[in-house]
Amino acid sequence: MIPEEIKKLIGASGPVQYYEVEKGAIRRFAEAVDDANPLYQDAAYARKSRYGSIIAPPGFFGWPQKQARGSPLAVDIPPELESAFEQAGYPLSLVLDGGMEYEFFLPVRAGDILAAVTTVRNLRERSSETGSIIVSFLDTVYHNQTGALVAKQQLMFVRRSLDQPPKETDNA
Amino acid sequence: MPEQLYWEDIEVGTEITPLAKIATTQMLVRWAGASGDFNPLHYDNAYVESAGLGQVIVHGALKRQWLIQLMTDWIGEQGTLKKFSCQYGAMDYPRHMKSISEPQAGETWYCKGKVTRKYLEGEQHLVDCRIGLENGKGEVTTSGKATVILPVKSV
Repeated sequence: MIPEEIKKLIGASGPVQYYEVEKGAIRRFAEAVDDANPLYQDAAYARKSRYGSIIAPPGFFGWPQKQARGSPLAVDIPPELESAFEQAGYPLSLVLDGGMEYEFFLPVRAGDILAAVTTVRNLRERSSETGSIIVSFLDTVYHNQTGALVAKQQLMFVRRSLDQPPKETDNA
Repeated sequence: MPEQLYWEDIEVGTEITPLAKIATTQMLVRWAGASGDFNPLHYDNAYVESAGLGQVIVHGALKRQWLIQLMTDWIGEQGTLKKFSCQYGAMDYPRHMKSISEPQAGETWYCKGKVTRKYLEGEQHLVDCRIGLENGKGEVTTSGKATVILPVKSV
């Protein structure tokens, strides 16, 4: 059974989060992946490309600014849902990334200011021999500073109740 | 940069040029900083042990980004990644470092994929692919799908 105080948040959205897309942050992100694509770091090269300026790899939305806002995880989760999980005994320490889905509409460019809104689309309980696991389906929509739709994201976010260590069959 | 791939070049069953990756503890630290994911499961052995796991694990999001690079490398600058999804099936463990810049010997991962559908939608020349990440034993630890828009040769 999903606790009522969590379940009632299906359909709820968090506040708009703004992420400034910095050139240096794009470069460090690409370097961390070992992706040497010049579109992500060579301004002269990018200028001559069909994009006209440095772009971010698909999947980069102005990170790592999420962390700077107080969460130790780079996850778009409405604060209301986060506190409901904490109160119901599903601490942030017992989370796993279950999977991601993206639909891309426009490139993200260095200098963009992205506005992100995350909605709790669904919550599902998964059976486990050790207790309760709740999978959150979180939809995030990103718009840029011109108001244009940039991307849609669906995150599957797995949370365990206390005293359930992550298992080898899961992932993070 | 490799030559541009065109919609005419591929058929259902065409293999995506594989992308080799080596996860190291150093790469995980770089990824933590670049992505903002500071879960100690990815860098702190004592914490990992207390959480009941054997050793630090590779971030799922890093594996996801590898698979995104598989696609963007393959489709080239004129191609566009339209849709992407992945799910995590098993954990991966990074190589430890031998020196400040060199990893120990060990596992190499391969991002791979295959074309499952080729079609037109409005003006867009689309290709669907099934993709996955294989660990050193050849086991798929992350699997997914991607849809790309490719340029056409003929005008």
